[in-house]
Amino acid sequence: MTTHTTHIVHIPKVSTLVLVWLALMCATGLTTAVSYVELGWFNIVIALLIAVTKASLVVWIFMGVRHTTNLTKLFVVAGLVWLGILILITFSDYSTRSWVYQAQPWSHGPGNGAATK
Amino acid sequence: MADTLVPAGEDAAVKEKHLRHHFATAEQQMDAATLGMWTFLITEVLFFGGMFASYAVYRNIYLDAFASTSQYMNVVLGGTNTAVLICSSLTMALAVRAAQLSNRKHLTLFLILTMIFGTVFLVIKGFEYHSKWVEGLVPGIHWSGYLEHPEFAHHAQILFSLYFYMTGMHALHMVVGLGLLSYLLIQARRNIFKATYFAPVEMIGLYWHFVDIVWIFLFPLLYLIGHRR
Repeated sequence: MTTHTTHIVHIPKVSTLVLVWLALMCATGLTTAVSYVELGWFNIVIALLIAVTKASLVVWIFMGVRHTTNLTKLFVVAGLVWLGILILITFSDYSTRSWVYQAQPWSHGPGNGAATK
Repeated sequence: MADTLVPAGEDAAVKEKHLRHHFATAEQQMDAATLGMWTFLITEVLFFGGMFASYAVYRNIYLDAFASTSQYMNVVLGGTNTAVLICSSLTMALAVRAAQLSNRKHLTLFLILTMIFGTVFLVIKGFEYHSKWVEGLVPGIHWSGYLEHPEFAHHAQILFSLYFYMTGMHALHMVVGLGLLSYLLIQARRNIFKATYFAPVEMIGLYWHFVDIVWIFLFPLLYLIGHRR
């Protein structure tokens, strides 16, 4: 190295970390409270939305992804894409099994899609 | 964001032999470590993802049985554990910050606090497992089947199997995390970490936060999906 380069370390402010902690605690209270209100299928949507928000806060601030390289950010997104593929393809299998087996007499047992109402 | 920017001298990193010869700069070394850690964490995401996917499939098929059975989860203990883990994430983040500022005293303090929170989590988890055993809600080993809705007894075992697999794997990760934190604590006592070298603290911090995220999803999916009375 001929030139003297200085590398920058991003040190989070204590107030930022405490604010994130407060937000996470409030979100935990909120998700618990909402679960006591009967909203049908909407309950799980709200629960997952809150969980994704909490996880994003942890990843972005606590894990410091906001200050990482673009390559690291790409890796994080790629991980989520693979998780999406895992869930999507698994579901496309299970949710369409009954289409194929519906008419078959041997398919009416527990453990396959045809058994669901 | 108005974060404090502290230049970390590369000369110091070279002098203290923290900069490995195959890296050009300390920054490149740190970026490589971060990328490697995230690659590992992605494999962990997919490892837990498999269990979350099977949970989603079974819950989709046996929606009523899962809603009925989730009432047997202890929301108070589960919620307390969520709060405890979030606190441990805060102290972990503060530990990384202390290492970046070469503050050995605070680093030691926050590492110990993180370990205390982690241990409290595992103790509460232990009490939960114990009460599940007493109630006969451990499928395959100790299943009494005395449920309020006996028609769901078969499918209730699927939820409890998933509960024990997922929280069990999570607890195992916590135990590994506590081991890693002990290593950090010993190194911190030897005054290894400072502004020019704190990569191990930050990497183990990433792992600890990841384990927290897994629980952030486990808590609503296992404890909060029940019908309320």
